[in-house]
Amino acid sequence: MEWLFFFEVSLAGLGTGGLYALTAIAFVLIYKATRVINLAIGEMLMVGAYLFFGAAAGWALPWWLAIIAALIGGGILGIVLERGVIRPLLGENPISVFMVTIGLGSILVGMVELIWTANPRSLPNFFPTDPIFIGDAFLAPKTFWSFVVAAVVIALFLLLFRFWRGGVALRATASDQGAAYAMGINVPAVYSLAWCLAGVIAAGAGILLGSIGGISSEMGFFGLTVLVVVIVGGLDSVLGALLAGILIGWMEAMAGVYLGGEYEHLVTFILLMVVLLLRPYGLFGTREIERL
Amino acid sequence: MRIGSPKETYIADEALFRTRTQWMWFGILLAMLAIYPFVANMYWIFLLCLISINIISTTGLNILTGYTGQVSLGQAAFMGVGAYTVAWLDNNTGSPFFINLLAGAGMATAIGLIAGLPSLRVKGLYLAIATIGASFILQFIFINWESVTRGTRGINIDPPRVLGTELDNPDTFYWLVVPIMVVMVILAANLFRTRIGRAFIAIRDRDISASVLGINLPFYKLMSFGIASFYAGMAGGLYAYFFGAINPESFPLLMSIFFLAAIIVGGMGTILGSILGAIFMTLTPEVLRYGVDFASPFIDNPSQILSPLRTAVFGAVIVGFLLFEPHGLAEIWRRIRRFFHLWPFRT
Repeated sequence: MEWLFFFEVSLAGLGTGGLYALTAIAFVLIYKATRVINLAIGEMLMVGAYLFFGAAAGWALPWWLAIIAALIGGGILGIVLERGVIRPLLGENPISVFMVTIGLGSILVGMVELIWTANPRSLPNFFPTDPIFIGDAFLAPKTFWSFVVAAVVIALFLLLFRFWRGGVALRATASDQGAAYAMGINVPAVYSLAWCLAGVIAAGAGILLGSIGGISSEMGFFGLTVLVVVIVGGLDSVLGALLAGILIGWMEAMAGVYLGGEYEHLVTFILLMVVLLLRPYGLFGTREIERL
Repeated sequence: MRIGSPKETYIADEALFRTRTQWMWFGILLAMLAIYPFVANMYWIFLLCLISINIISTTGLNILTGYTGQVSLGQAAFMGVGAYTVAWLDNNTGSPFFINLLAGAGMATAIGLIAGLPSLRVKGLYLAIATIGASFILQFIFINWESVTRGTRGINIDPPRVLGTELDNPDTFYWLVVPIMVVMVILAANLFRTRIGRAFIAIRDRDISASVLGINLPFYKLMSFGIASFYAGMAGGLYAYFFGAINPESFPLLMSIFFLAAIIVGGMGTILGSILGAIFMTLTPEVLRYGVDFASPFIDNPSQILSPLRTAVFGAVIVGFLLFEPHGLAEIWRRIRRFFHLWPFRT
């Protein structure tokens, strides 16, 4: 039965990994378009989850309407952050921009605690609750369904990037800003679009994460693990974000079960240090070449 | 540019205080620090002790981030190393406090050198993230190395003894922490008159150019990490003595962000900036507390909004300074000084 247990833990790990991958996509999207390392991604995710909570529990909207409201709220948040704070700092020292996102994260946490207090809450459940069996292995229905939703959303966004006009504009801006300008792409609008989409994705990931483990103002910590995911995968690689997300989710589950809960994050950060020392640009990232 | 102070030697040109006026102001400052505990009440002495500890740590981080350009989010964790070393020595060997403080700073330096190793390979934002990783690993050690750190229960530390007097109150502890702070700040200011300090600045401005100029990058980067951690360790040791108890929660990642915010608010790459930033960041929560106390008749449960309000204001201060005053309080200070120098002419 050992193998069955291993398999179950792996599946649970993959479930979390799906959420990491989803959030990592939002991160990579922002990085590719605007070259901003957004440390506030965890807090954007938290705000999304709280918006859903506010809409579903506060205004008593049906869950599907509340999800739509939260997603729209997340998108608006992304645009506001980009236009209000990030845009004036573009082209500045990257360290300032990095610090500004830390500050933004802190503001978001403070606002959420002011409005909803710091107490942890649980989200209304909207997933089917029938237990899921894959072969003989049992999987918590929430984990399963959130993985399915994450996978569908990721697939949807990959298709968007590939075929939609806005997605093409995004990729063009990411690969060469000057050329994108010259071809008539409205680059500032692309910036807003990237932040807006990232806000929507983060809000969605927040709702999924919150429905599994409840929400609290400390959910932003999730963002730090996502940071590790994108570093391991390579900051500007969507494929890297997906694979590293799954990998780290699986590793954390393994460490949590076989070594003990306190080792979960330790393993993640040791992996981070190893990757930074051996392959700083990540598994699939572009190697930066510096010129004087 | 100051007029009317001609210099005849290079030494005079490089001096820390170049005019008699500056010496005079420095003397006045020292005198005020000496009188302070006799006129201020316990609460304000407590605050100045806390500010001094924060100034030491902020100055260290400013040497690393402001002058050498290596962003670090591990300063609080290095403080923790210093604090735990002091606590362990205090409880297990009973060695005198000054040895403990130096040992704590030395231990922090050693750990800082190890944590600085990624700086040889990565820089900028990657380095900042590596230091987040390092600080998590240290945090893990604080929690789980039970035999030394006593885990989440924390350690109690007896107050330091000088000539048979226990420095267990802010008004006596003041005479320990403030002189150390003054010495550490002067040391930092002098560092940038030496070859080492100039090498740091060259690395910050352009590391590749610096190495072309013959500066040994790995050596100086690690040295900068070592010095910053030394300051952090000293601050951590003082923190442990000051509060008398530490636990893993005492040195969270948020505290590292606090110090980074302090150098941004104060002004990166200026000694004055570290001082002003540390003062500003330490006093802001207190001012907020007064504000909430003042507003308490008009709002529901004021005690509940204080902590989130602090978090939000903390973020807003970082964002506001980066957007509107990127050179920090030191620049505002310079502007005010210029105004008075040139008065009645416009600057």
